[in-house]
Amino acid sequence: MTRHFLGDTAVLLGRSLRHISRSPDTIITTAIIPIAMLLLFVYVFGGAIQTGSDRYVNYLLPGILLVTVASGISYTAYRLFLDMKSGIFERFQSMPIARSSVLWAHVLTSLVANLISLVVVVLVALVIGFRSGAGALGWFAVAGVMMLFTLALTWLAVIPGLTAKSGDGASAFSYPLIFLPFISSAFVPTQSMPGPVRAFAEHQPVTAIVNTIRGLFAEQQVGGDIWVALAWCFGLLVVAYGIAMAIYHRKIS
Amino acid sequence: MTPEQVRAPAIQVRGLEKSYRELRVLRGVDLDVARGHIFALLGSNGAGKTTLVRILSTLLKPDAGTASVNGFDAVRQAAKVRESISLTGQFAAVDEILSGRENLVLVARLRHLRDPGRVADDLLARFSLTDAAARKVSTYSGGMRRRLDIAMSLVGDPPVIFLDEPTTGLDPQARLEVWQAVRELARQGTTALLTTQYLDEAEQLADRIAILHRGRIIANGTLAELKQLLPPAKVEYVEKQPTLEDVFLAIVGDEGTDSKLAVTSPDGRQDLR
Repeated sequence: MTRHFLGDTAVLLGRSLRHISRSPDTIITTAIIPIAMLLLFVYVFGGAIQTGSDRYVNYLLPGILLVTVASGISYTAYRLFLDMKSGIFERFQSMPIARSSVLWAHVLTSLVANLISLVVVVLVALVIGFRSGAGALGWFAVAGVMMLFTLALTWLAVIPGLTAKSGDGASAFSYPLIFLPFISSAFVPTQSMPGPVRAFAEHQPVTAIVNTIRGLFAEQQVGGDIWVALAWCFGLLVVAYGIAMAIYHRKIS
Repeated sequence: MTPEQVRAPAIQVRGLEKSYRELRVLRGVDLDVARGHIFALLGSNGAGKTTLVRILSTLLKPDAGTASVNGFDAVRQAAKVRESISLTGQFAAVDEILSGRENLVLVARLRHLRDPGRVADDLLARFSLTDAAARKVSTYSGGMRRRLDIAMSLVGDPPVIFLDEPTTGLDPQARLEVWQAVRELARQGTTALLTTQYLDEAEQLADRIAILHRGRIIANGTLAELKQLLPPAKVEYVEKQPTLEDVFLAIVGDEGTDSKLAVTSPDGRQDLR
């Protein structure tokens, strides 16, 4: 069975990617919320926000990238939910294929779809004045952190995808994730927040990840932040993967 | 395949039980399906047909009893069973966004066949779908979709096929198309277990018919054998005074439910409660 794992996953990945290429609107809707936020904050609120950096868009982009992923993974949950609901999932499960390849195909598809959305958002940011002096290594590190973050949130999205009773339910879980960056250093420096809020903002994962990416773009030392960010991502990944797989195995046995 | 497997029935079920919490869906089912037969499992909604098919196709584990398919145990040798079967579930298991041909190629690839394109083209021709091959399945009619569904089940020629209510929800024309597809299976010597709630469907297609009622097989035989069950060998008369309900139902005709009560309100309107 497992000898087919890679081949079966590749075949099913091809299927999901074909879905995306035939409904590119999911990529566009994924990117629209973060792009709207980007424009709103840069051109409406940005002038009034004191961040200490010369361009607000440079300060803002890392948080917007996280919002992009948070909104993108709701489609991962939705696509998985549609498969579960239609007979195709049972057809796959009654076929002699590596059984976890059905899930992995969705996870890899999520990585690809989110990567495309992230590229679109970065391009828009570049058009409206985002600049980074980071070299290839810096961009590569940013991509690595974002992919790890996407992978962790994708496995989180698998859980509602497997368990939801309706399509709306499958995608609704991502709303809090989209708003989590507001209580972090993503839009405004945490120093301006009152005590308890500030304490929460400084110790939640978004701040560590945003500060890491901001540091990488600005060619600064990212020091402790990157380890905190990676620990959050890995921790979330392990927990979400464990829960998702447990639910999946209960569903298919 | 070992000689033992060749001689054994394609499907063998003994004492199969399955409950969902309090609800006992299967209460000791025994069943044999010979190789190459089309076997119809008749039963009303909730009789346990789908549960039985899900156990046989390794999607569900029984609480008690054994089930073997193609000589393999459905629990302990689930992977072997999955190599021997294909399932056409109650709802067409087709990918709406892909074309008909892409659906067939997908299944052929997942079954690790050598020439997926050729397998797909052959099946498209056999099921008269060649003209629609390149169209998205979401544009197909109900009958075409079901035909594609069955064609997908034939990819790789599995020896045993499960068809769970293949014509439920189809219009008469589409039903005839599906019947034609099932006869096509029989011609090739595939064993098929078909569940249905339509008596004429079983009559048209099946070599043998079993009736599943409240989780038990209450009749099992060829159509001729089942017909001999009527008139019943033994008739018991129980004296019973008609209730108002019986009178009402006898007058207005009834769908067979037994807990309805007719009330005529003062304005002469009749309500069913």
